[in-house]
Amino acid sequence: MTKTWKSFQPYALALPQTLVFLLFLILPILMIGLVSFWQFNGYAMVREFTLGNYSDIFTSNVYLTTYLNTFKYVLLVWFFCLAIAFPVAYFLAFHIQSQSLQIILFLVCTVPFWTSNIIRMISWIPVLGKEGLINSLLMRLNLVQEPVTWLLYSDFAVVLGMVHLYSFFMIAPIFNSMMRIERNLITAAEDLGASGWQILREVILPLTAPGIAIGSIFVVTLVMGEYVTVRLMGGGQSASVGKLIQTQIGSLQYPLAAANAVILLLVTLILVVGILRVVDIRKEL
Amino acid sequence: MNTSASVAPSEIQPALNHLEQELSAQAVGVTLRNVTKRYGSFTAVENINLEIQAGSYTCLLGPSGCGKTTTLRMIAGHEDITSGDLLIGERRVNDLPPTQRNTAMMFQNYALFPHKTVWENVEFGLKMRQMPKVERATQVNEILEIVGLSKFADRKPAKLSGGQQQRAALARALVTRPQVLLLDEPLSALDENLRVKTRSELRRLQKQFGMTFVQVTHGQDEAFALSDQIIVMDNGRIDQIGTPDQIFQQPSSRFVARFVGDNNIFMGKVREVATDTVQLEVEGIGRVLCARQNQPAEVGMAAACSVRSDSMSLQPYPPADSTAPNQFTARVVSVEFTGYVTRVSLLSEATGEEITYKARSNDWEKQTVAEGQLVTLTWSSNDCVFLAH
Repeated sequence: MTKTWKSFQPYALALPQTLVFLLFLILPILMIGLVSFWQFNGYAMVREFTLGNYSDIFTSNVYLTTYLNTFKYVLLVWFFCLAIAFPVAYFLAFHIQSQSLQIILFLVCTVPFWTSNIIRMISWIPVLGKEGLINSLLMRLNLVQEPVTWLLYSDFAVVLGMVHLYSFFMIAPIFNSMMRIERNLITAAEDLGASGWQILREVILPLTAPGIAIGSIFVVTLVMGEYVTVRLMGGGQSASVGKLIQTQIGSLQYPLAAANAVILLLVTLILVVGILRVVDIRKEL
Repeated sequence: MNTSASVAPSEIQPALNHLEQELSAQAVGVTLRNVTKRYGSFTAVENINLEIQAGSYTCLLGPSGCGKTTTLRMIAGHEDITSGDLLIGERRVNDLPPTQRNTAMMFQNYALFPHKTVWENVEFGLKMRQMPKVERATQVNEILEIVGLSKFADRKPAKLSGGQQQRAALARALVTRPQVLLLDEPLSALDENLRVKTRSELRRLQKQFGMTFVQVTHGQDEAFALSDQIIVMDNGRIDQIGTPDQIFQQPSSRFVARFVGDNNIFMGKVREVATDTVQLEVEGIGRVLCARQNQPAEVGMAAACSVRSDSMSLQPYPPADSTAPNQFTARVVSVEFTGYVTRVSLLSEATGEEITYKARSNDWEKQTVAEGQLVTLTWSSNDCVFLAH
């Protein structure tokens, strides 16, 4: 009796979490997968099998451009997040000597999160708009005659907004990785004659790679599914797969939206697997 | 890239010979002149003067926080010197970066790069010096052969045992052919048996290559076993410099006597001063006659003396002549068998002071003294060191 209970116990402990996952993750994904093979007759779903949704996506230029545009965002946002996060994390981890100051400054990095994403995005409008801070400054200084229009409702604005939103997701894991680097290793590298750059390249960068990988996974998956920033900062001028799905849902084209969602999910998974193959992150977990 | 191809034993000997010649020919000494290190208002090392001979093994010995590691790191160039001069060989190196000092440091816990293999770890110093690849490979293979790690060249440090990591760290430090090797507690991460074995390996290597080794340690056994010269430090100052024998036989201060071993220290007042003896009046003991080694002594001054716990002898109580000097009544509190030696703790009846007596276990077994018994301890004045401080 006790023995059967003992062997059953771990499963019982895992059961609630498993149920939650099945019910709220696996089941919905399966449903989306199922719906993606259904037909759409112009105003409602028809429960009949078709590959039409997928063939539409793969043959339409609009869709392809949208996917490419999404990849462009992913690449740019990832690049700028990394370019900002690495020096910030490096500064926090290696230049700040006092541990309490380190923690305070790290918390300062989280201050933007005290406001909602949407409000933060909207706040960019008075800065970047035609009558915004930057444009009025440029006009006053007579640097431009006409307001600069690419500042807002453009790819530039979308990337800027997303970098603003997501760079912290890169800073945190990189900082964490750097804090785990034994300081003796850096002294040892100095002792063996390494210059600052060599220490960075030979010691810090390889040991920070798992943190970069985790941050990259965060940023890539977040940007792949983005639509709020694209809508607010792109102002209808920019498109991403996320926004496309949202539009399709708005016009009740559920099967097409589902097919896009499935493709987006697969592409995102491929990217994540790709990152994991390049860097071994097990040490960090 | 399999650069770790094993070298036939016949090829090692010539490599070894030329490395021996190269290393011993270039070994230099280290000189510290009035060196001080301050962190803000805290003085870590105060006005140290030190001469380390080329080709010698020197240990900086002291409790943690005594400034020994700071001193080592200043020699290596990992700490700035607040004031004073540091010479490596004839060169004043105060302002030179670590690489230009021709020193190499072996770190506590080794500081091997965890993402690099043993081979890459050892190669690192040469690579940073932009040595051509082929030459690098020869030198790395050679040094790995010497420390016996050729078979493990492709392993990451985490896959090595403690002793192997220690040797990898040693190889990494030696491969750049330093003039002085600085070792920061190189044995502290090893277990007892391995420590003793590795200790003699270190000493053997140092002798073989005729290199200058400077080591930081807090263990007197280690310092005694390894050193030509021991520097005992306390509170950022040097307390005593001497050979292991001198430190052991003639501690120059109460601190050294206490730190270095099971010395019994008695505080008293100077009664009489002769050329090579001093007579102290010690409370609870009476007269104590001790040998004086150039230490300043004046009648009436407060001073101390130290007697090694193994150079006392136990007599039955009461003593034959109760007025003789250098004798002392105490009660046996506990007897500890520690193997070769038996350690006896005694409590002075008069002062409540605790005293240690050590005997060879074989000798102790012949005794009939039991715990709780009163005994008289005596010692020769030659074994009693006068300590002015």
